[in-house]
Amino acid sequence: MSARRGFWRELPLYVMLAPAVVLVLVYAYGPMVGLVMAFQRVLPGKGIFGSPWVGGENFAFVLQMPTFLQVLRNTIFIAGLKAVAGVVVPVTVALMLNNVTGRLFKRTVQTIIYLPHFLSWIILAGIFVDILSPSDGVVNRMLGLAGIQPIFFLGNDKIFPWTMVATDVWKSFGFGTIVYLAALTDIDPTLYEAAVMDGATRWQQTWHITLPGISSTIIMLSTLSLGNILNAGFDQIFNLYSPLVYRTGDIIDTLVYRTGILHNQYGVATAVGLFKSVVSLLLIGIAYKLAAKWADYRIF
Amino acid sequence: MNEKIVKLPFVENLLNLAVLALLALLCAFPIVHTLALSFSSATAAGSGRVTIWPVEFTTQSYQFVLANPAFLRSFGVSLLRVLVGTPINMLMTILVAYPLSRSNSEFRARNFFAWFFLITVLFSGGLIPWYMVIRQTGLIDSFWALIIPGALPVLNVILLANSFRSIPKELEEAAAMDGAGHWTILFRVLLPLSLPILATLTLFVAVGHWNAWFDGLILMNSPDKYPLQSYLQTVVVNPDPRMITERDLALLQIISNRTTRAAQIFIAMIPILVIYPLLQRYFITGIKLGSVKG
Repeated sequence: MSARRGFWRELPLYVMLAPAVVLVLVYAYGPMVGLVMAFQRVLPGKGIFGSPWVGGENFAFVLQMPTFLQVLRNTIFIAGLKAVAGVVVPVTVALMLNNVTGRLFKRTVQTIIYLPHFLSWIILAGIFVDILSPSDGVVNRMLGLAGIQPIFFLGNDKIFPWTMVATDVWKSFGFGTIVYLAALTDIDPTLYEAAVMDGATRWQQTWHITLPGISSTIIMLSTLSLGNILNAGFDQIFNLYSPLVYRTGDIIDTLVYRTGILHNQYGVATAVGLFKSVVSLLLIGIAYKLAAKWADYRIF
Repeated sequence: MNEKIVKLPFVENLLNLAVLALLALLCAFPIVHTLALSFSSATAAGSGRVTIWPVEFTTQSYQFVLANPAFLRSFGVSLLRVLVGTPINMLMTILVAYPLSRSNSEFRARNFFAWFFLITVLFSGGLIPWYMVIRQTGLIDSFWALIIPGALPVLNVILLANSFRSIPKELEEAAAMDGAGHWTILFRVLLPLSLPILATLTLFVAVGHWNAWFDGLILMNSPDKYPLQSYLQTVVVNPDPRMITERDLALLQIISNRTTRAAQIFIAMIPILVIYPLLQRYFITGIKLGSVKG
C-alpha cells in the first residue's frame, strides 16, 4: 500500500481524533506548560509570560513553611491507612459474601453496600457532620446510651484522621468487593470438588483455594494503590475538616487550595502541586512496573 | 460453580450472616436517619428524638426547600449539566476510542496518540495552572466551564477501546469488503455490539456530572450559576453567610436548620436513587472490564 493511499485511508481516524486532541492540548497540556509558574513570582494580571523568574524561591519557601512536612506526613498517613483498609475490608467482605448460600440475602446486602459509592462527598459530608456532631448527633447519642462520653469525631485532631479512614471505608468497601467477587467466579470449580473429595471443610476451602485464587487480583490492586499515596482524598477532607484539625488533617491538596485559590499565592501553590505531580508520576511508574511483574497487569 | 457442596458449619454460617447484615445496616443507617430527620418536626430533631423513623411527621422542610428559588435554580443547572455533558462526553469517548482500537498497521500513529492521551492520566499540571488555563480561555462564570475542560474522560476511552478490540475482527472485515469505511464500521458494526458497555459508561458519566461540585465552586463567580452539589457545599456543608438571604433568616427561625439540611441532602440523592437499579444492572460488567481484565 502506498503512503498516499495509506494517508487517505487513515484520514477519517484523524478527523475523529481532532476535537479531542485540541481539547486535551488546551486543558491537559496547557496546565502542564503553566507549571512554569512554580519558578515565577506570579503577578496579578501578568500571567505566565509577564511574571518575573525567581528560580527555586517558591520551593525554598515551601520547604521552610513550618507546616509543609506535617502536611506531607498527614497525607501519607491518611492515604496509607485508606489503602490498607481499602484492600483488607473488601477482600474480607467478598469472602464472607462468597460463603452465603441464600441468593436473596446476598443480593440485598450487595444492593445496600454498593450504594454509598455513588453518593458525592458533599452529600455524605452533610450527613456525617450531622450524625457525628458531639452535641446532638445520633452516633454520640447512641454512644451516650452505652455510657460513653461524647466523641468529637471531626473536631478532635487525634481522632480526625481515623474518622477519615472510617468514613472512606464506609463509602467504598461495598463497591470494592465487586472486583474480588468477579475474580472469585474465575476460580476453577474442579479445585473445590477435589477439596471436597479430600474432606476439606468450608474454612479450609476458603483458606487454601479461594484466597490464593484471588491473590493476583489482591496483589495487583494493592500495588496500583501505591500511585495514590499522595491522594488522601480532597473531596472528603475538604468538606469535613476545619482549622481545629489542620495539625493532623491538612493534606497536600487542601494546602494547595488554600494557598492558591484563597490566598492567591499562585507560584507557591503551583510549586507544591508540581512536587505532588512529579512524585505521583514516579510512584505510578513504579506501581505499574511492579504490577506488570507480579500480576501480569497491562492497561492497554 | 459447584463449590456449594460444602457449607459453613451452622454457627459459623449464622455468624457470617449476622456480620453481613450488620454491615448492611451500618451502610443504610445514615441515609435512613437523614430521611427520617427531613420529615421530622424541628423540635423533635432539635431534642434528639429522631433515629430511623420521622417524629412528629411534617413536610415543612421540603416545602421550604422547594420554595427556595436558589435551590431550584441550582437543581436546574445540575440537570442541564447532566443532559448536555453526558452526550458530549460519550461522543468524545467514542470518537477517540475507535482510532485507538485500531491495529498499528491500520493506524500508524496509534501508539503516538495512545500515549498522547494516556500521559494526561499519569501527569497533570495541578490545580492552579488548570484554573489559570480555564480563566485564559474565558470560561470562568460560564456554564461551559462545567462541560468542556472535562469533556474527554480518558479512562473511559481506554475501557471502550479495549472493548472494541474484543469484538471479532471478521465482522469488521466483512463490512470492509462491502465497502464500509471507518465511520460506517464504527457506527454500524461496533457501536451496536457495544451497547452494554456504552450503557455502563453513560450511567457513570451521568453520575459523575451530577456529583461534581468542585469545578462549580471555583469556576463560577455568581452563586446563581452553581450546580446543586456546589450550592449544597456552600449552604449545607460549609455555610457561607453571603448565601443566606433575609428570607431564609426569618424562616429558619421556624424551621430548624437541621431538618432543612436533611431535606436538601435527600433531594440531591433522589436522582442517584432513581437510576440506581439501572446502575446496579450494568456496573458489574463495567468493573470486570475495567479492573480485572484490563
